[in-house]
Amino acid sequence: MPKKTLQEFSVESIQILDENGKIDTTLLSQTDQISEKTLKSFYESMVLIRAIDEKALNLQRTGRMGTYASIQGQEAIQVGCAAALQPSDWCFPAFRATGLSVLRGTPIKVIYQYWSGDERGSEMQDGQHDFPISIPVGTHIPHAVGAAWGAKYKKDPIAVLTTFGDGATSKGDFHEGMNFAGVFKLPVVFVCQNNQWAISVPFSRQTAAKTIAQKAIAYGFEGIQVDGNDVLGIYTVTKNALEKARRGEGPTLIECLTYRLNDHTTADDASRYRTEEEVAIWQKKDPVLRLKTLIEKEYEWSESVDEALHAEVDRRVAEAVDAFEAIEPLNPLGMFDMLFETLSPELHDQRKKFTQRLGKLNKEESK
Amino acid sequence: MSKLSLIQAVNQALYHEMDRDPDMILLGEDIGLDGGVFRATDGLIQKFGEDRVVDTPLSESGIVGTAIGLAAYGLRPVAEIQFMGFLYGAMEQLISHAARIRSRSRGRYTCPLVVRTPYGGGIHAPELHSESTEAFFIHTPGLKVVVPSTPAEAKGLLLSAIRDPDPVIFLEPSKIYRAIKEEVPDGEHLIPLGEARVVAEGEDVSLITWGAMLHPSLEAAGKMAEKGVRAEVIDLRTLSPMDTGTIIQSVKKTGRAVIIHEAARTCGLGAEIAAVICEKALLSLEAPVLRVTGYDTPVPLPKTEKYYFPDCDQIIEAVEEVVQF
Ligand SMILES: Cc1ncc(C[n+]2csc(CCOP(=O)(O)OP(=O)(O)O)c2C)c(N)n1
Ligand SMILES: [Mg+2]
Repeated sequence: MPKKTLQEFSVESIQILDENGKIDTTLLSQTDQISEKTLKSFYESMVLIRAIDEKALNLQRTGRMGTYASIQGQEAIQVGCAAALQPSDWCFPAFRATGLSVLRGTPIKVIYQYWSGDERGSEMQDGQHDFPISIPVGTHIPHAVGAAWGAKYKKDPIAVLTTFGDGATSKGDFHEGMNFAGVFKLPVVFVCQNNQWAISVPFSRQTAAKTIAQKAIAYGFEGIQVDGNDVLGIYTVTKNALEKARRGEGPTLIECLTYRLNDHTTADDASRYRTEEEVAIWQKKDPVLRLKTLIEKEYEWSESVDEALHAEVDRRVAEAVDAFEAIEPLNPLGMFDMLFETLSPELHDQRKKFTQRLGKLNKEESK
Repeated sequence: MSKLSLIQAVNQALYHEMDRDPDMILLGEDIGLDGGVFRATDGLIQKFGEDRVVDTPLSESGIVGTAIGLAAYGLRPVAEIQFMGFLYGAMEQLISHAARIRSRSRGRYTCPLVVRTPYGGGIHAPELHSESTEAFFIHTPGLKVVVPSTPAEAKGLLLSAIRDPDPVIFLEPSKIYRAIKEEVPDGEHLIPLGEARVVAEGEDVSLITWGAMLHPSLEAAGKMAEKGVRAEVIDLRTLSPMDTGTIIQSVKKTGRAVIIHEAARTCGLGAEIAAVICEKALLSLEAPVLRVTGYDTPVPLPKTEKYYFPDCDQIIEAVEEVVQF
C-alpha cells in the first residue's frame, strides 16, 4: 500500500444570530436555550462596554488619558466569553479586552486608570482570576496553558481562557502554547479575536491558511470558527468548550471572525491602509445592533426602554469618570516597592536616593 | 543639505540606499502602506514596491530569523522591529545565529543584517515601549550596536551600518525622533562605525553618553560652563565596538568622568566604561568615576515615567561631586 490518506479534515463555521437579527433555531436548540433574561443581559452588557469604550476615546482626545485600543465591533466576543466563564475560571486577555475585563469584575475607573499610564490600573479585584493585559503580542498564551496545567495537576474543576488577535497567531508563543495544550490535554480555551487586521497588516499576511480555526487540527485538538459578531454563537461555543475542558477532555481553539471598526489605537490612522467601504460593510454587521433587532422583534423592547438603558449606562460611565479623576496621584516609589518581595541593599540605596530627589522635585514643582 | 528631523533622516538614508543597492530589502511590521508606526519607511513602498518593502507576519523571531537567511544568501536586509521591547522575541536568532554565522561557518557565510528599532523612553507609551537594554546586545560577541543622537548622525551612521559586513543593531532614540531638526547632507553621508564624537571640548570633566541622553548632558555642560567648569562631552555613537581610545584620551586630560545613560544602572554600559577607565587611566583620575543612570526597575508607565530618566540636574550634581572631590 504505497500511498494512503492518513487524515482529512474539515472546519466548521457557526452563526446562530445573523446580520438581520434572525436566529437559527436548529443550532440553538442543540444546546441549552438562551432565556429572555440572558439575551437582554447580553444586550445591556454590550451597550455598557461600548459606552465605556466611547468614553475612553473621548478621554484620550481631551488629554485625560493616554493611548487606547478600542474594542468597537468586537463586543460580542467579549460579552459571550465573559458570560460563558465561571468566576472560578482563569482568564488571560490580550490588550484589546476592555469589555471582557469589566465583565470579569474590573471597575470601569480602573480601565481608564490603566490607559492613563498608571500601574494601579493592572490590579485585579479579590477573587478575580485574571492576568493583567499583555502588551507583547501573543506572549501570554503559554501562561494560560501553564495555569491550565496547574489546574489539572491540582485537580481543580476549572478552565482557563485566553484571548488574542489574528496577528498573535503568527508568533511562536501561540504555536508553542497550543502544542503544549494538545500534548498534555489541558483545560484551556483559546479565543482568537480575528478582526482581520494587525495594525495595518491584513489577515492574508498572517497566514496562507483559510482559517485560524484549522490550526488546532495540527496540534491534535478541535478548532472551530464562529461569527465574531454573533454573541449567541460565541456564548454557546465557548460555554461548550469550557465545559469540555472542565470535564478533562482537553483544549479547543475558537476563531471569532470579526472586524476592528476603529483605528488600531488612538495613535493610529487606519485611513492610511484600509478603505472606508470596507469599514462600512462591517458597520452593517455591528454586533450590538444585531442583538437589538432580535430583542425588539422577540420581546417587548421599545425605544423608551432602550433610551432608559442608555441613560443608566451613561450615568454609570459618568460616575466612573468622576471616580477616575478623583484618584489620588500615583506614588512613584512604587517602581521600587513592587519589584521584589524584599529589596536588595543596592535597590534600597537607589530608593533612598530617589526619595531625596523626589523631595527636591516636588518642592520645585510647588514653587 | 536639508533640515530634517531624526525620523526623516532615517527615511532619507533608507531611500538613498534602496535606490543605490537593488539587493537591499526592508522587512517588518506595518512598514508598507502605513510607513512604519513612526513613519520611518513613509513613501518607500510607493517608490520601491512590495517586493522590497515587505510587511511581514507579526513575528519578531520570524523577521530576524529570515533576515539572517536573506543576508547569508547575499541580500542586504534591513529589518524594523516596532519597539525595542519586542526585539526580545528575537533574542535567540540574534544571539545564537546572527552573531555567530560568520565564526560558525569559518567565514564562508556572513550576516550583513541591520535591525533598526525605536529605543528608549519619554514618549508616554504603554508598557515595554520604553526599553533601553542595549547592554544585552553589547554583551553579545558578534553584534555591533549603534545609537545616533541627532538627525545628521542618524543618516551617516545608518548608511554605514547597512554597508557594514556584519550584523548591526541600530537603536533609534524615539524621544528625539521629532524633537530636533538639523541640516543633514543630501546624498552620500557616511560616518564610520566605531568612532566616538567629541561634541564639546573641555578640560575639567568628561561626560560620556549617547542617544537621547546627549541632550541633557549638553545642557548640563552649558550650565556648568557658567560656573567655570569646562566639561568635555563625548557622544559614543557606536556602543559596540566601543571607541575606548577617545574615552581614555579625554579622561587622561580631564581626570574626571561622569557616564550618563538612560538604561538601568546595574551592568549597564556605564559599568564597562568605568572598568576601562580604571584599567587604562587610573593614575589620571582625580575623583571616582560616577554614573547617572536609570534605576534598576522597569521603566514606569507614563504617569511617572519622567522620574526614571536622568535629568540635567542629576548630571550637574554628579559633575559637582567629581569636581569638588
Ligand atoms: C511582540 C509584539 N510585536 C509588535 C507589537 C506592536 N503591536 C501592538 S498591537 C499589534 C497588532 C496586533 O494585531 P492582532 O494580534 O491581530 O491584535 P489586534 O490589535 O487586531 O487586536 C502590533 C504589531 C507588540 N505589541 N508586540
Ligand atoms: Mg487583529
